[in-house]
Amino acid sequence: MDLNFTQEEQAFRTEVRDWLAANLPKDLATITRNDAPLSKKDMLRWQLILHDKGWLTYDWPTEFGGTGWDVVKQFIFEDEMARACAPRLLPFGLKMLAPVLMKFGSKAQQDHYLPRMCDGTDWWCQGYSEPGAGSDLASLKTAAVRDGDHYIVNGQKTWTTLGQHADWIFCLVRTSTEGKRQEGISFLLIDMKTPGIDVRPIRTIDGGHEVNEVFFSDVKVPAENLVGEENKGWTYAKYLLTHERTNIAGVGKSNQELNRLKSLARNQKRGGKPLAEDPLFAARMARVEIALMNMEVTNMRVLADVAGGGAPGSESSMLKILGTEIEQELTDLTRRALGRSAQALTPEVDEPGYNGPHVTPDGFQHAAEVYFNHRKTTIYGGSNEIQKNIITKMITGL
Amino acid sequence: MDFNHTETRRMLADTIERYLRDKYPLAARVEAGNNAPGFQQAHYDGLAELGVIAALFEEDHGGFGGEGFDIAVVFEELGKRLVNEPVLDCALVPGTIFAATGQTDTLEEVIAGSARYALAAEEPQALYDLSDVDTSAEPSGDVHALTGTKTVVKYASGCTGFIVSARTAKGISLFLVAADAVNLRDYTTADGGTASELTLKAAPGTLLGDDGAGGALLQKATDRAIVGICAEALGIMQTIREMTIEYLQTRKQFGVPIGKFQALQHRMADVLLEIEQARSAVINAANALGSDAADRARIIAATKYSIGRIGRMVAEESIQMHGGIGMTWEYDLGHYAKRLIMIDHEWGDQDFHLARFIDLGKAA
Repeated sequence: MDLNFTQEEQAFRTEVRDWLAANLPKDLATITRNDAPLSKKDMLRWQLILHDKGWLTYDWPTEFGGTGWDVVKQFIFEDEMARACAPRLLPFGLKMLAPVLMKFGSKAQQDHYLPRMCDGTDWWCQGYSEPGAGSDLASLKTAAVRDGDHYIVNGQKTWTTLGQHADWIFCLVRTSTEGKRQEGISFLLIDMKTPGIDVRPIRTIDGGHEVNEVFFSDVKVPAENLVGEENKGWTYAKYLLTHERTNIAGVGKSNQELNRLKSLARNQKRGGKPLAEDPLFAARMARVEIALMNMEVTNMRVLADVAGGGAPGSESSMLKILGTEIEQELTDLTRRALGRSAQALTPEVDEPGYNGPHVTPDGFQHAAEVYFNHRKTTIYGGSNEIQKNIITKMITGL
Repeated sequence: MDFNHTETRRMLADTIERYLRDKYPLAARVEAGNNAPGFQQAHYDGLAELGVIAALFEEDHGGFGGEGFDIAVVFEELGKRLVNEPVLDCALVPGTIFAATGQTDTLEEVIAGSARYALAAEEPQALYDLSDVDTSAEPSGDVHALTGTKTVVKYASGCTGFIVSARTAKGISLFLVAADAVNLRDYTTADGGTASELTLKAAPGTLLGDDGAGGALLQKATDRAIVGICAEALGIMQTIREMTIEYLQTRKQFGVPIGKFQALQHRMADVLLEIEQARSAVINAANALGSDAADRARIIAATKYSIGRIGRMVAEESIQMHGGIGMTWEYDLGHYAKRLIMIDHEWGDQDFHLARFIDLGKAA
């Protein structure tokens, strides 16, 4: 066995790290590190810097302008981005819609949409979830009825992440109620400016506005916006969801958060001694650090397997469960390390040039919000309960 | 990155697996574990003959392996079949100390399986801390006179001799003591094996290595023992995993296999993913053994902690999922579960290693 990355891979890691050190704007890194809200402008600014370098589409095939990096290099790139506190790239266009268009879309759709999602012309959001459906995606009801050259769409989507900024939405819609539930679903691209679309914010428990409800009333969508064949949308949706996910565990992000927590715990005092030396707190930190250490090796095993031609099966589900639980534990410990001050909401300290007093240590003003926001991770992307069903089904056949 | 074992190691694993599958019924193992010396001598000889012990040592010391992954491969296979022949206690651990102190002739006998030694290092008051040593060693002519008590010396009965830790003017040192120079009180152990309380009253001991170097030697032996015992635990977990999956598939209640119940599916999913974490921990420790990395000690501690925590979870959950049958002596599962739990009592339990991990982190 050899747990090390090859020399070439290590050199690649250095190249990425050096480039990030020189090109990641300090203000964006600070916002990301402090978990302060990123504006659309901030996100697009970073996207364009990466695009100029040719690294935005790092995981695309070369024929579509990708880098040709193998899964190991892709992983290293993502890991370094997380460690450097680069803003997270929104996955909806680049990682979700793009692979579907490349595999199932028409040449015209590929030529039109792919460049526009890279240069920031089109901001995409995802129209999968519906009220009452939860993780049972196939129960969706939003209907698209063919009328000449158009589909007429009626229904409602929910949990539409950053849909308030979106120019376009890719939707799963019901085009037939015959046969099995999975068989009458189609994959439709819809311009958010079309009359009849109403986006309403959902305010989440952390106070933020990240997700939305999207209502469709007699929305007229050109038939050419159908991806692939009518009633075959479930196949495309499944392709999207099972797309190789070797970095679902978020090891880089969690390592970064752990280091932040450790420095916080060294500076916070309890009984005149650093909190990091409090036996109970130290034990909780050590447990999560060890779990993360083990998960990192588990993640590398999956990565090596995929690089060797294997496909992740239940391992993706395992990594999702482990990754989200570790992430949540870290947000919990960070909140607890702040003591009473975790209660304070002080958005003013995010303002550029803020010079006033701090209630919480600098950079930790969002700890409680982050904790509450992260409750979502074990719910979304197929809840952790659904992941457990997948694991047992794949391994025991039950 | 490459997570595959070398061809040689795969062949070694296959050889051990085949031998045990053909010749090692669990009923005989359980029977032997409850009577002195706590294992079957014929199988100890058989494993030595297969090269199982030689695989644990480097070529320079008369073996053909000796790396962390050699140790891991051997003990994972032994764990799968719940082997209680004392390859770890009477070969890996004393052999490591003999190799480090230049006792080549003695090591040769250990590798051949013709002599057995055991480490007598823990004292009743120490609670896993091998640096808590009251046993004294006074110079007496060519040798030292050792006085003190050692607790739970595994498979002591029938040993050729013991490696005993004792305090000299220079600190903790290790001594070779002949079997007839000590007094043993023997008993059987909860997981099916034997152990003894060992008392020394001015027993003659020959210094092994440098005077005062005992701490470093014990650390080296402990690191290798932890890789071995954690791999053994992983092997046990794999067998438990197979048994429990099969049980969920076949045992029916309310007209369906019990594995159809989501309550049990989710418990099983937790067990499955924790076993993968245990495997990662063992890989990490086996790898760390071969490197001079500064965090080697932390990784070893993290691994033993992980195995202690996950082992308990796997043992308890598997019994729960089996229901009443899991509680019976006749059914194999319980014997595997017992060994898995008892492994937490060897070479430091999960709390001991969590505290160690924290201490080592302060220095970093």
